[in-house]
Amino acid sequence: MDNLINFAPLLGRGVLVTISVAVLALFLATFLGALGAAAKLSPNLAPRAVAQGYTTIVRGVPDLVLILLIYFGGQRLLNGAGGLFGASHMDISKFWAGVISIGFIYGAYLTETFRGAYMAVPRGQAEAARALGVKPLVILWKVLLPQIMRVALPGYGNVWMVLIKSTAVISVIGLGDLVGLADKAGKATRQPFVFMAAVILIYLAITWVSSQMLRRADTWANRGQGA
Amino acid sequence: MNFDLVFKHWDLFLGGIWVSLHLTALALFFGFLIALPASLSLSRKSRFSPLVGAYVYVFRGTPLLVQTYLIYYGLAQFDFVKESWAWIFLREAWWCAVITFSLNSGAYTAEILRGAITTTPKGELEGAKSVGLSDRQVTWLVLLPSAMRRALPQYGNEVVFMLHGSVVASIITIQDILGVGRLVNSKYYIAYEGILAAAALYMIITYLLVRLFRLIEERYLKHLNMDVGKARTLPGTIEGIPAMR
Repeated sequence: MDNLINFAPLLGRGVLVTISVAVLALFLATFLGALGAAAKLSPNLAPRAVAQGYTTIVRGVPDLVLILLIYFGGQRLLNGAGGLFGASHMDISKFWAGVISIGFIYGAYLTETFRGAYMAVPRGQAEAARALGVKPLVILWKVLLPQIMRVALPGYGNVWMVLIKSTAVISVIGLGDLVGLADKAGKATRQPFVFMAAVILIYLAITWVSSQMLRRADTWANRGQGA
Repeated sequence: MNFDLVFKHWDLFLGGIWVSLHLTALALFFGFLIALPASLSLSRKSRFSPLVGAYVYVFRGTPLLVQTYLIYYGLAQFDFVKESWAWIFLREAWWCAVITFSLNSGAYTAEILRGAITTTPKGELEGAKSVGLSDRQVTWLVLLPSAMRRALPQYGNEVVFMLHGSVVASIITIQDILGVGRLVNSKYYIAYEGILAAAALYMIITYLLVRLFRLIEERYLKHLNMDVGKARTLPGTIEGIPAMR
């Protein structure tokens, strides 16, 4: 127990790293998901094929494999490109490698979430707005988006819950996130059980708080919908 | 890029495939054995429900990697574990992985089955009772077969996610597909090839599994008139995501 108190600041830093990676990855995933959904709904074949390839690859391969590929492969690519311009050796930051990998992976899942939500909005909504002479961008922003958000929220919440757990794997490339730091502390103090149990409790706390916030967001998004 | 090294070590990769599939199959098997009573207890509010609920919540709410660390590195902290008979298993990375993955899969599967059990149409159970089946018969002959059929699409996702989750084994020194890929990478100081080969293998196995489950669904869900092919074309569509790790 003493060890846990001594290492509390370290674990606190780990929690901050984990949450920052997760939140930044969620932003990237949201962006990629919106882009992917738009591509999948496009009338043109090329963007549809690219988006299909993206979601197919990501969902066929385990997260850790993609993280290693992006981290080590990205390192090579960066140095190769840097070498062409005469730059010296550069290191990819583990933090950003984690953000990019996790964001890339969950962007594929959000692509499906957003696409499904878009298709759940009745066509008449956009048609009515167009009949009134509303401009396309305004239709998207003021008519479709609020409804898409409402439908997509439960799926979005699920992706967040899975994403935050998925960040644990980044410790494998040596990032000092909650899991990585707790692992080190556990080995240093020879009390790995105590530290891993603490990590489990912290993750449970994070998922619990998230689920409460999501429930509130869901009530808020469905206000005026009756029952 | 040079894939000669990958092909040169095809036997290693074949071993890795076997290890990954074996591990996944064991976890799914034991997980299912855990999930059956757990889901029944959850759907019926028995005396054990709070305990079972806590088990499911903890294993679904935390990363598989941390669970594996807790059992593989964590339990070795205690002398009484090291002195007990269980140490024969718990000192081996393989058995630690089997135990953790089974408990993990058990929690996810229990939740999937619980969902299917609670959405069983009332008339099915009333009909069974009215023809004179005992409670036990209703459970085993009507409720579970019907629930398990309807759980098939989500269970297919669980199978794929368990395969994907099993990469955690490579972190605790087990030579699964990813483990072999990383071994080949570090042996020859290459950046992509080993892991790319692993990625391709995972992808092939994933799509074979998806195919297999689509066939099973076509066979067992035909009477429900569900549009099987369209209902789930890939693992992890919207309704499948809660089953992820």
